[in-house]
Amino acid sequence: MGYPHKPHPRETTVLSQDFGDADARSLDSYRRQGGYRALEIALGMTPAQIVDIVKESGLRGRGGAGFPTGMKWSFMKPGDGKPHYLCCNADESEPGTFKDREIMRWTPHALVEGCAIGAYGIGAETAYIYIRGEFTEPIARMEQAVREAYAAGIIGANAMGTGKRIDVHIHRGAGAYICGEETALMNSLEGRRGNPRIKPPFPAVSGLFGQPTTINNVETLVAVNHILVNGAAWYKGMCLSNPKSTGTKLYSVCGNVQRPGNYEVVMGFPFKEFLYDLCGGPQAGRRFKAIIPGGASVPIQTLEEAEATLMDYEGFVAGGTMLGSGGVIVFDDQQNMVKQIARLARFFAHESCSQCTQCREGTAWTTKILERIRDGDGTSEDLDTLLEIAENMTGKTICVLSDSCAVPVVSGIKKFRNEFEALIKHRRYHPVTAAVA
Amino acid sequence: MSHPTVHGSGGMAAPDHASHSHESAEDYRPVFVGPRRAELDELLTHYPTKMAALLPALWIVQNERGWVSENAMAEVAQALELTPAYVKGVVTFYTMYHQHPVGKYFIQVCTTSPCGVCGAEDVVNALLKHTKCGDLGLTSTDGRFTVIEVECLGACGFATPIMVNDEFIESVTADGVPDLLARLK
Repeated sequence: MGYPHKPHPRETTVLSQDFGDADARSLDSYRRQGGYRALEIALGMTPAQIVDIVKESGLRGRGGAGFPTGMKWSFMKPGDGKPHYLCCNADESEPGTFKDREIMRWTPHALVEGCAIGAYGIGAETAYIYIRGEFTEPIARMEQAVREAYAAGIIGANAMGTGKRIDVHIHRGAGAYICGEETALMNSLEGRRGNPRIKPPFPAVSGLFGQPTTINNVETLVAVNHILVNGAAWYKGMCLSNPKSTGTKLYSVCGNVQRPGNYEVVMGFPFKEFLYDLCGGPQAGRRFKAIIPGGASVPIQTLEEAEATLMDYEGFVAGGTMLGSGGVIVFDDQQNMVKQIARLARFFAHESCSQCTQCREGTAWTTKILERIRDGDGTSEDLDTLLEIAENMTGKTICVLSDSCAVPVVSGIKKFRNEFEALIKHRRYHPVTAAVA
Repeated sequence: MSHPTVHGSGGMAAPDHASHSHESAEDYRPVFVGPRRAELDELLTHYPTKMAALLPALWIVQNERGWVSENAMAEVAQALELTPAYVKGVVTFYTMYHQHPVGKYFIQVCTTSPCGVCGAEDVVNALLKHTKCGDLGLTSTDGRFTVIEVECLGACGFATPIMVNDEFIESVTADGVPDLLARLK
């Protein structure tokens, strides 16, 4: 449902049907609604059968990259004599994104179940749920759910009486955006600074504690529950556009919009209808100007581009951007895009782990130059300098934080160049000038 | 941080080093005794290495003492068979561990773009004004408040979210700040 709003008739609420319902949180309530049936089904199958069903469903990673989940799981080789690990990435820190938070707040048992299935499917006995440190309520809800699941024998040394061991542990982060990057997450979990690791080796070969590891997003794991209960064909059938994008997706909508909140729609839903109908359009007397549809790391769309986009992995690429995490950030005509892009750059500068030169220097200098332009001290060469720095920040570092900082800068200058030039020329922001320039 | 001109203003303002931020090693009371030691021992069963319990152990320290002193880092290091320097390296990587005492109410305000376009700057200014903290990162003279800006709190649809210690408060507006602070008194 469109939490915190009433569900919209055009939503398809698979993962979010209990958002906002505090009574749905308990183990009893979750079980009454068919909870842990998926785990029961899974434990009656072989791991290979689970992987096949997930592959067949077409489910792709909901954290940002969109990698096919079944294929990721198939890289793990149960029975190779090594301990395997599942890490659930609940470090949700991408600006604009707050969907995993609601899953954990309202349906914590769904995530425990998803983790247990995922762990069994990849031959792991231990799953860690790495939750960002600021999420105090989601952490408390998840810890409670894990305690209940252990007490009920659902997880533990003899999960659901099958003799299989599945442990689920909550691990609290401590404030670092970069720990949402999977290799940084593993380092952090091991008790290290959250510096990303060079790949290869990929986590499936050498991950957490040097052992084969799979990292999945919260939403991805919770979707698996529904796939096991309702079947791969059912999941695959939820598709309005490209058959490579299946199922439902949770979008978190924020910024200058009438009804910010979480919405769940089938892949391929028209973005225009989503923005104006589900989210209520712009605030009174305002017009939308720019949209970032997948969290701060994806290219900015103009309103025209967004209105022509279909909401799935391929649709957003065709619209010049990416689905990312599904964090939709909306800017209206009152916003100074130079200021907004400078603020995004500052975010990345603050969050750079500083181990790669291009990122450490690039994010900091990009921010300095953008803030100079914002403050009316920009020069005519600054835009070229920014684009040159951005090029040197792209594809050259251990992880993609550096690239992510370059993305709003390059797309912002390309699409709102008039605002940058007007600010450099007139030395102060003037919305009318910017619109006419 | 490598670039003070970028990182050194705003949310990263240096905290006011209160005089009691230097405790002597002799005065230090260990954290990991009794129930806290049991808590740590239980945590150690979650991981194949002792080092993996480092972040949780630091959380126990901060929950007990309100901050993570160098003496506490040394205690954690000993408990987990690490060096104090290693522990400090980890502590300094993460923004949530306080390396100095902070106010009784530690207030973090999200000012990242989605909240920024919904009035987060006004919330920050109202908080600074009504807490009399003077500036970001400083503690009010009565020791009650510290206000900092923070990057994305992950509640963007509920702008502006703030955290008061461990409590998450959504949809805060500048006008609502006096009432909010009154409730903390």
